Amino acid sequence: MDDKNTLVKVRNLKFARNDRMIFDGVDLDIQRGKVTVIMGPSGTGKTTLLRLIGRQIRPLEGTIEVDGEEVTTLSHRGLYELRKRMGMLFQNGALLTDLNVFDNIAYPLREHTNLSEELIRTLVIMKLQAVGLRGARDLMPAELSGGMARRVALARAIALDPMMIMYDEPFTGQDPISMGVLVRLIRNLNDALGLTSIVVSHDIEEASSIADYIYLLSGGKVVAHGTTEDLANSDSEWAQQFMNGKPDGPVPFHFQAAPYASDLNID
Amino acid sequence: MSTRITEIWVGLFVAGGIAALFMLAMKVSNLSTYKSDQGYDVTAYFEDISGLKVRSAVTMSGVRIGRVKEIVFDKNRLSARVTMEIEGEYDTLPDDSSASIYTAGLLGEKYIGLEPGAGSSDCEELSLDDSGEIKLDEKAGDCKPNNLKQGSEIKLTQDSLVLEKLIGQFISKFLSEDDKKEDTKK
Amino acid sequence: MLNQLQIIGHKSLNFFQRLGRGHILIFDVLKGIASLLPRPRLVVQQLYSVGVLSLIIIVVSGFFVGMVMGLQGYNTLVDFGAEESLGVMVALSLVRELGPVVTALLFAGRAGSALTAEIGLMKATEQLSAMEMMAVDPIRRVLSPRFVAGFISMPLLAAMFSAVGVLGGFFVGVGLLGVDDGAYWSQMQASVDIYDDIYNGVIKSLVFGFVVTWIAIFEGYDAIPTSEGVSRATTRTVVHSSLAVLGLDFILTALMFN
Repeated sequence: MDDKNTLVKVRNLKFARNDRMIFDGVDLDIQRGKVTVIMGPSGTGKTTLLRLIGRQIRPLEGTIEVDGEEVTTLSHRGLYELRKRMGMLFQNGALLTDLNVFDNIAYPLREHTNLSEELIRTLVIMKLQAVGLRGARDLMPAELSGGMARRVALARAIALDPMMIMYDEPFTGQDPISMGVLVRLIRNLNDALGLTSIVVSHDIEEASSIADYIYLLSGGKVVAHGTTEDLANSDSEWAQQFMNGKPDGPVPFHFQAAPYASDLNID
Repeated sequence: MSTRITEIWVGLFVAGGIAALFMLAMKVSNLSTYKSDQGYDVTAYFEDISGLKVRSAVTMSGVRIGRVKEIVFDKNRLSARVTMEIEGEYDTLPDDSSASIYTAGLLGEKYIGLEPGAGSSDCEELSLDDSGEIKLDEKAGDCKPNNLKQGSEIKLTQDSLVLEKLIGQFISKFLSEDDKKEDTKK
Repeated sequence: MLNQLQIIGHKSLNFFQRLGRGHILIFDVLKGIASLLPRPRLVVQQLYSVGVLSLIIIVVSGFFVGMVMGLQGYNTLVDFGAEESLGVMVALSLVRELGPVVTALLFAGRAGSALTAEIGLMKATEQLSAMEMMAVDPIRRVLSPRFVAGFISMPLLAAMFSAVGVLGGFFVGVGLLGVDDGAYWSQMQASVDIYDDIYNGVIKSLVFGFVVTWIAIFEGYDAIPTSEGVSRATTRTVVHSSLAVLGLDFILTALMFN
């Protein structure tokens, strides 16, 4: 793969929580300007992966390179400079509850720039227009529906014009309409602003509809990767089970347990 | 809540807190009785100061005119040297004033009470005149009585009254009188 | 047996780990104070929610405590014919002990628990993580202003508590029980020392302000990000800071008034 086009390069990533290996040697390459979807069953640590890339937590082992900089060993100052160029959309939006919609989006601008209030107003309204919520600027986060909160959070994530955005389960718990809106927004923003998007999801249909490239995670490892078509036509049992939503396969239906018969005391 | 109202409330809060501190300092405590630190120090030696503390009151005629600044044991004179700070405005205390340690009430705090002396001065001279009588010369000019000033020592002192010593003396006197009585009976 | 030893060892290790985290956090919070200088508004906002909102409970409690002191003190002192000293008794107990201590306990219940709950909920709703990802250090933006506000508020609140308490004692003693007006104030002034009593009282409340706010923001920041975790952290804030205040009060009193 071409190194220049790789924005995020993860090698041999290992991470454990409470003695349980979450990642056991993961390799990933995220291409610039593409929407990369990371899929996997619940509990495979997809969200953890985003936190590792943003270095909210540190891995046990392995390297994470973002735009040529090694995240795991970056200084505090360097890390904060890098984060200014990263946007992240949290599962529930994570809007600051004591600020209204307008101030939430203006927050990163006010923190990191010395722009005049007038210019900030213009920028905020442009970002709100992009997510279609220009009319909601005076509402408080508590007054927004889940889908609207995520769109506001998205506007906030793009406020500083980052190079990449990480989406943490953007489709979870959305009605079909807001799901459709979000799917379109992610694709359009990515193409219009020249972003790089990393989407963590387990909604196969929506995710694969916008994905340029897909990584399938299971059991702490990458089990399959490729474009949507590659995976759909792949022979890999993992890909087949996941893409088609089969209840049983390499990912077992049953949680690890003693044999059924002995549990029921039948000999 | 608009920012303006928040800020006004915070302003009121801080002002109220400072006003309360000010009231505690001026109205409740003795700060208002502290005069400028233009005071002067005088020393006195006591055989026994038990109970007197630094910052105890120094009074004259019952009015507080200063406070105890330092208490140290003088190893040469084998007694306690007490340094008192007298407020600057009381600068006419005669230098032969005496200092005693008193107790406020029966068991209260110890304090130093000053009593003014007669006053001495360098300009008075006793001499015999021609007729052989003693005559008091008063030199004219800058003739002022000597007052206590920075570094003066009060020579006349009376020690703290220690209750248990007093009781001890009383009892021993009582016993010895009993002995005498018995002696005379015999 | 071995198992129990293991549990004890595990618990004490956890205890020391939290102790260490608490100290690292307060160090970072103190470092973050410098970054507040260009943004005094952050502190002003917190002074409102920490200080102004605690005002009513402090002032009302102070007045009642002063009135009770006046009543109880009078009944005791009158037996010795010393009711003139009522002012001294009320003022000394308030300025030295009750002012700083009761204010700190009320503050822990009113403002400390609110701080913990607020910070804990911000953590639970990923607001703190979101700030981190926006390259905004939550310790500087969220914790430091709250800490400064708590530290400033405590001595101000304690001073108001004592001042209002002295007035409460005056109200009962002079107004209702007939103690001489002049004696109330003059005896008070003769016996309360600006350095020994007032100054030391202020030092006490500064120490309490530091400790209570520290515990409150640490418990919030360290809370398990679930509703149960936040509620537990809030309880811990009130319990731990009350114990810390009473324990420290003993140590400080021994050091100061000995």
